[in-house]
Amino acid sequence: MSLLSVEDLRLSFGGLLAIDGLTFSVGEAEIVSVIGPNGAGKTSAFNCVTGFYRPSSGRITLRGKDLPGLRPSAIAGLGVARTFQNLRLFGELSVLDNVRAGSHLWLRQSVFDALLHTPRYRRSERECTEQAHHWLDFVGLSGDRYSEARNLPYGEQRLTEIARALARRPDLLLLDEPAAGLNHGEKAEMLDLIRRIQALGVAIVLIEHDMGLVMEVSERVVVLNFGKEIADGRPEDVRRNPAVIEAYLGSDAHA
Amino acid sequence: MTGTTKVRRVGAAKPPTRASKLLQNRWAGIAGLLIALLAPFVNASGYALSVMTSAAIFVMLAAGLNIVVGYCGLLDLGYVAFFAVGAYTSGVLSTRLDLPLLVTVPAVIVVTVIAGIIIGAPTLRLRSDYLAIVTLGFGEIIRITANNLDVTGGPSGIYGIPHLTDSPVVFYYVTVVIVSLAVLGAARLGRSRLGRAWRFVREDEDAAEAMGVHTYRVKLAAYIAGAVWGGLAGVLFAAQLSAISPTSFTFLQSALVLMAVVLGGMGSIPGVVIGAVVISILPEILRDLADYRFFIFGVLLIAVMILRPQGLWPSRSKEVS
Repeated sequence: MSLLSVEDLRLSFGGLLAIDGLTFSVGEAEIVSVIGPNGAGKTSAFNCVTGFYRPSSGRITLRGKDLPGLRPSAIAGLGVARTFQNLRLFGELSVLDNVRAGSHLWLRQSVFDALLHTPRYRRSERECTEQAHHWLDFVGLSGDRYSEARNLPYGEQRLTEIARALARRPDLLLLDEPAAGLNHGEKAEMLDLIRRIQALGVAIVLIEHDMGLVMEVSERVVVLNFGKEIADGRPEDVRRNPAVIEAYLGSDAHA
Repeated sequence: MTGTTKVRRVGAAKPPTRASKLLQNRWAGIAGLLIALLAPFVNASGYALSVMTSAAIFVMLAAGLNIVVGYCGLLDLGYVAFFAVGAYTSGVLSTRLDLPLLVTVPAVIVVTVIAGIIIGAPTLRLRSDYLAIVTLGFGEIIRITANNLDVTGGPSGIYGIPHLTDSPVVFYYVTVVIVSLAVLGAARLGRSRLGRAWRFVREDEDAAEAMGVHTYRVKLAAYIAGAVWGGLAGVLFAAQLSAISPTSFTFLQSALVLMAVVLGGMGSIPGVVIGAVVISILPEILRDLADYRFFIFGVLLIAVMILRPQGLWPSRSKEVS
């Protein structure tokens, strides 16, 4: 059984069909990329999986459990973590506190523990901080961890967001354009990071415009165009698919 | 899932200022407590004690509102509603049922929690500006209800509420101890899993949801905590004055508490304590100016906000733990 399965997903905003029949599945520790021109519905699909949008029809299941209708936090509770296309860090909080957010679901600590500073409180706080440092080490963030997240350079903000998602210790990680805005060297590091995340046993769904990265890292590629799925297959097959080439290069006038 | 890959730990060195910051906050707290404890030795006139007791109660209100506004970022313009609910609950129970004031405290906690849920549950789905308007309305509803009900004594309110102690000095010290515990409690909540979740909600609700924070529940928890703090401050208020009436719980009171929080520095415990002391004591110091008192008060507040827009003692967002 696959980890995530999306069947005939449709999403409309008023009269506009943002997603028109998307079907794909993701196995354990598999990397699947979702590509397509801007406005093809990739991020909308992410938002459906993570509970931010409610699909108009279709099924989304995680290990057989239906996701639509659940709150985003409940879906996170089932082992799904994500990053956002336009970084959504907690800007005024420290880098460390941002990553501590990932431990939220793991901490066992009551209000009374916090008020009385019980041993359980101290233990869980220590564990939370250690976890945050561990994941910042894992993504290779070298900058100041105590400064406000919004003051970090762009590339480090991306890494912080990924560290925050990893601190959730997810089974499924959705990365929305992780390499956008990164320079060449940073892209190479991102590729390595994605592989190391996979090595932890985490399945990854990747939205990405950088074809080099997508072809390099993905086991399967799903192609969307105007909300419709036009291809699903191994990277080398998708690359040669005429419909995909047309979607990207346009037949005559490319929007 | 465990991290199997060994990466050299980079940039993980503890900042040199971390311990000193912690110490600073702790010393600031101890210094503040010492000042409060020693103040009666400087001036123990009935007037001074009454002003200082009111200031201490105001500090508790500000600490409570800081949970809602400072930590969680929910603009509440009707916070005085909870102050009123606490004062009236203990006032009504102690005068009608002849109970000592302390015995009413558990009832006050229960009633304020319920009030927090009643006001919070339907409104916390709203985004900030709508929430501000609705809380403003609720503040007025509570006051007008107290004004019209028989059990709350109508416009003349409740009088003859038993004092906690007959000596104003002892009552002042009791108040200082309770308020200190309340401030410490608010600070500890702020440094917990729940306190972090409040800040995540304040910073970015969607990102917080995505990390598994049930934002609605977390906001309701902030609201309830704020309500309990306000309600317990209300008990102290009722005990101090032994008489309460709807005129003590006007919108102006809500605005003043909010001003204390903003003036001191939202989300910062030392900040809101200083802000509350300034807001409650400054008008008394300016009393000699007679008619110009509130004019100068206003000018000073504007001057502070221009010179220090981040508040008198802003929160150290750099390291919250």
